[in-house]
Amino acid sequence: MSEQNTAVTMAQIIPGDHISITTDTCTEPFWQAAKEHRLTACQCADCGHFRMPPRPYCPECQSKNINWPTLSGEGTVYSFAICHQSPYPDLEHFTYVPVVVEMADAPGVRFVSNIVGVDTAKVEIGMNVKVDWNPIKDGWVLPIFRPL
Amino acid sequence: MVWEHQDKTAIVGVGATPYYKRGESMPRTIYELVGEAIMAACDDAGLSVKQIDGFAYYSGAMAGYTDKMDTADIMEMLGIPEVTFTAALTSGGGGSAGSIGLASAAIIAGDAKYVVTVMGLQQAKQRLGTVFGALAPDPINSFLQPSGLVGPGHLMSVLARRHMHLYGTRREAFAEIAMSTRANAANRPEAMHKKPMTLEDYFNAPMIADPLCLFDFCQETDGAVAVITTSTERAKDLKQKPVLVRAAAHGGSKDWGRAFAWMGMPDESFASAGNKAVADRLYEKAGMKPDDIDVALLYDHFSPMVLMQLEDYGFCKKGEGGEFVESGAIRYGSGSIPVNTHGGQLSEAYIIGMTHIREAVEQIRGTAINQVDNANVALVTGGPASLPVSGLILTGE
Repeated sequence: MSEQNTAVTMAQIIPGDHISITTDTCTEPFWQAAKEHRLTACQCADCGHFRMPPRPYCPECQSKNINWPTLSGEGTVYSFAICHQSPYPDLEHFTYVPVVVEMADAPGVRFVSNIVGVDTAKVEIGMNVKVDWNPIKDGWVLPIFRPL
Repeated sequence: MVWEHQDKTAIVGVGATPYYKRGESMPRTIYELVGEAIMAACDDAGLSVKQIDGFAYYSGAMAGYTDKMDTADIMEMLGIPEVTFTAALTSGGGGSAGSIGLASAAIIAGDAKYVVTVMGLQQAKQRLGTVFGALAPDPINSFLQPSGLVGPGHLMSVLARRHMHLYGTRREAFAEIAMSTRANAANRPEAMHKKPMTLEDYFNAPMIADPLCLFDFCQETDGAVAVITTSTERAKDLKQKPVLVRAAAHGGSKDWGRAFAWMGMPDESFASAGNKAVADRLYEKAGMKPDDIDVALLYDHFSPMVLMQLEDYGFCKKGEGGEFVESGAIRYGSGSIPVNTHGGQLSEAYIIGMTHIREAVEQIRGTAINQVDNANVALVTGGPASLPVSGLILTGE
């Protein structure tokens, strides 16, 4: 009963001119790095524990000292959804694939974003992906993922 | 540790407005709906509304996600002379069952005598199904919202897929939850959807957030439901058979935390309903085990969360929820643990968990439409969502 449509349906990019974010003191370094196409994650400078989204305290050791290491941008799909309805009322329906990605070099960090440029039928848990960049409103840039 | 206050409080009144499809309660106001539910609950209990002296809300006393309920407004509207307790559990629908624990805490502490718990919602301004997409992004949800996971069902579809991946859970299991719940709604006058659902109907429904289709999503309803809790001692003088609060628990583990608004849960918690810690504590407080439950009213905003709650509450082993429901175990009349005998939020109506408390009370009173034979112990749960999640065990005398 669960057969999939056999036609190829590509996972599309959500138009960046519809996406906005806001930042605070704690999260802004992540987004500033993204503007330079550099993927980072919030890491405790004392115990090395990663946490995302960035928060003022390390939940492991309560330190407030933070590193922003440059990540390789490579990871694996942890889980995903396939959506066919536009998330924005003024856009026609299109197919996009929200994805949760575990990063190869930041243990415990998962990014929630989209995988793009792939047949939705080929997306699977465990597949290798690499970061790409989607310019969004107000000059910010959003990390998204493509198959590696 | 077994709770020393078992059975010292009781639900004595339940009241509700009609249930409306999203947006169709207009031009009634949210306070009119809330007032009607409270007045009906007082009438059911045999109380004057002037005797109400406490309010125990959940969801931060929000009415849905866009309106609020304020005790002073309700007092002014209904002529309640004085309150001695007014408080709310934090976050959202996860606290629905736990709000009865909050009411009980007030009563046991001597801070109030007759405590109202109420939820009302209208969705003309903003439907819940896409509420997260409509919110202005804050610095934390800026790490989630751009993904296009616009509503709670979209977010939970990601958890459901992980469960399917880890344990081989099939869409047929989600279908069985949707179909069995629909079957329970067939004879309920209030139900929004009564038409029987076949497996074919389920698989023909449009996918909303694959692996979840339309029938995995709950109703979007307007309406209000109120319940009144008091001491078991005072309950003896009222109109209805008291429905005793054996135990209630709310809270949860950091491993679940903000749950699908975070997506950072360790693997064993990710594909769960986040209720395990609360479930274990609830059973311990109640001095009971899953076998003791006669009827389970499990928060069913999305069908996979029923499956994962069956695991968290120990009706089957972790990972075996799919097989369990596909065996027919949750069917009313034939299964080992009848679930959502009122048609749940999937088919009857969605008042953010309150319909489950209403049904549990009716089951224990023996007045439910789909009455479970000799039902004496009912489990009610709050919605798998950002903490707190919650559970409640109600019993007869």
